[in-house]
Amino acid sequence: MKPPPFDYHAPRSVGEALETLAGAGEHGKVLAGGQSLIPMLNMRLAAPGHLVDINRLTELDTLDVEPGGVRVGALARHARVERSEEVAAAQPLLCQALRLVAHPVIRNRGTVVGSLVHADPAAELPAVLALLGGSVRLARPGAVRDVPAAGFFTGLLESAAEPGELAVSAFFPLLPPRSGTAFREVARRHGDYALAGVAALVGLDDDLRITAARVACVSVGPAPVLVDVTEACGHRPPASADWASAARAVQERTAPEADIHATADYRRHLTGVLAQQALRDAAREALDA
Amino acid sequence: MNIAITLTVNGVVRQAEVPGRRLLSDCLRHDLGLTGTHVGCEHGVCGCCTVLLDGEPVRSCLTFAVTVDGHDITTVEGLAAPGGAMSPVQRAFAECHGLQCGFCTPGFLCTVTALLRDNPAPSEEEVLEGISGNLCRCTGYQNIVKSVHRAAEIMAEES
Ligand SMILES: Cc1cc2nc3c(=O)[nH]c(=O)nc-3n(C[C@H](O)[C@H](O)[C@H](O)COP(=O)(O)OP(=O)(O)OC[C@H]3O[C@@H](n4cnc5c(N)ncnc54)[C@H](O)[C@@H]3O)c2cc1C
Ligand code: FES
Ligand code: FES
Repeated sequence: MKPPPFDYHAPRSVGEALETLAGAGEHGKVLAGGQSLIPMLNMRLAAPGHLVDINRLTELDTLDVEPGGVRVGALARHARVERSEEVAAAQPLLCQALRLVAHPVIRNRGTVVGSLVHADPAAELPAVLALLGGSVRLARPGAVRDVPAAGFFTGLLESAAEPGELAVSAFFPLLPPRSGTAFREVARRHGDYALAGVAALVGLDDDLRITAARVACVSVGPAPVLVDVTEACGHRPPASADWASAARAVQERTAPEADIHATADYRRHLTGVLAQQALRDAAREALDA
Repeated sequence: MNIAITLTVNGVVRQAEVPGRRLLSDCLRHDLGLTGTHVGCEHGVCGCCTVLLDGEPVRSCLTFAVTVDGHDITTVEGLAAPGGAMSPVQRAFAECHGLQCGFCTPGFLCTVTALLRDNPAPSEEEVLEGISGNLCRCTGYQNIVKSVHRAAEIMAEES
């Protein structure tokens, strides 16, 4: 099918984009990589009156490793972030997750920030932002605000970005010392959205005992489900940690729904298995760190 | 309201007047008459509409023509040498029976052309990852994978 008609705007600066978006209000939508929005338009699941194309705003095509974390501009495509050695060194989870996002050809166009704003419950990057406690920077004419991940994903395909606002960048904090991360997922076909997936972070103290362990789960709720399992793991070295009880704690916190791809029980089962695997992987990385 | 755009398609400067909602795939096929680019699903899943945008493979069904105004596009029609001699990737697909009905082939050829340019000697795993976003309902993929390795061989022999 073909997209419904809309008024097309191609601003040449961020200032112009903000003015156009403010003018369009509820009828406006941002077009970034188009890898989620255009399918929705083609299937007539969305019909914005005005489309504001940010693809000419090279000032948003930025990727900076700052002292506290990685800041990804709104026009930085998945592929660029995935291939950056600097990012891989500073925040490996971002690259680990990006390799699971769709196919390489989709990653050539899709943007990291677009994926966060789109807030698909099966998407990897919202889980990464939630797990790391990152934030998204939103702008409108004369005002900029940073929204922490905890308040950003507000529901199924819903984020805190309001009509008229442009997400200009996202910030992924660095890991504390002696910590590791991992992302594990199961999809029907390589590159598909995951049936279930778990991002994990494990931190150790100077005696190499677990002091922090948490996971963010995808596809088991309307938004990423963040679970702190530090208690359940016990304050022990990874070799003797109680991963099984941590996995049960994760399962108890998830309320997956059944659909054509999997039953709710199967999703809960997968989430438990993946949580154990991801936590073990993350702990191994922390020991090597 | 139509918007005037200029694209360089297969090295030729082309102009078109299109509405904002015109997909690049439809612009190529209907406005510019280049029907080599195929359209299967229009939601990014099948890969048969894949073209090269400034050298990088992208889904033309998930790109608006107006967004790529001023950019460079290569379609399957542009892969052969100017005299019409098939490219190494095209020859390898023909030689290894990497196609049957040919519907998926334009997308595979564009994807693989970029893949081998960036990675002239891919491993089996890299080939599978590289073509994982393209569907083929005929071949069962085995001969497509063979074609990719064969194309790499031909390119190495001829360089
Ligand atoms: C076949 C296929 C498979 C896929 N598989 C996966 C997968 O496994 N995992 C996954 O995570 N994703 C997957 N995706 C989606 C892909 O990652 C998208 O690129 C991403 O979700 C959206 O990014 P985009 O830049 O393309 O955004 P767009 O499609 O341009 O926009 C998406 C939404 O976000 C809004 N938006 C975008 N940018 C901004 C901004 N800067 N400010 C305000 N609003 C904005 C838009 O208005 C729109 O509502 C898949 C896509 C396809 C086609
Ligand atoms: S037609 Fe574009 S991916 Fe199927
Ligand atoms: S050859 Fe027929 S779909 Fe691939």
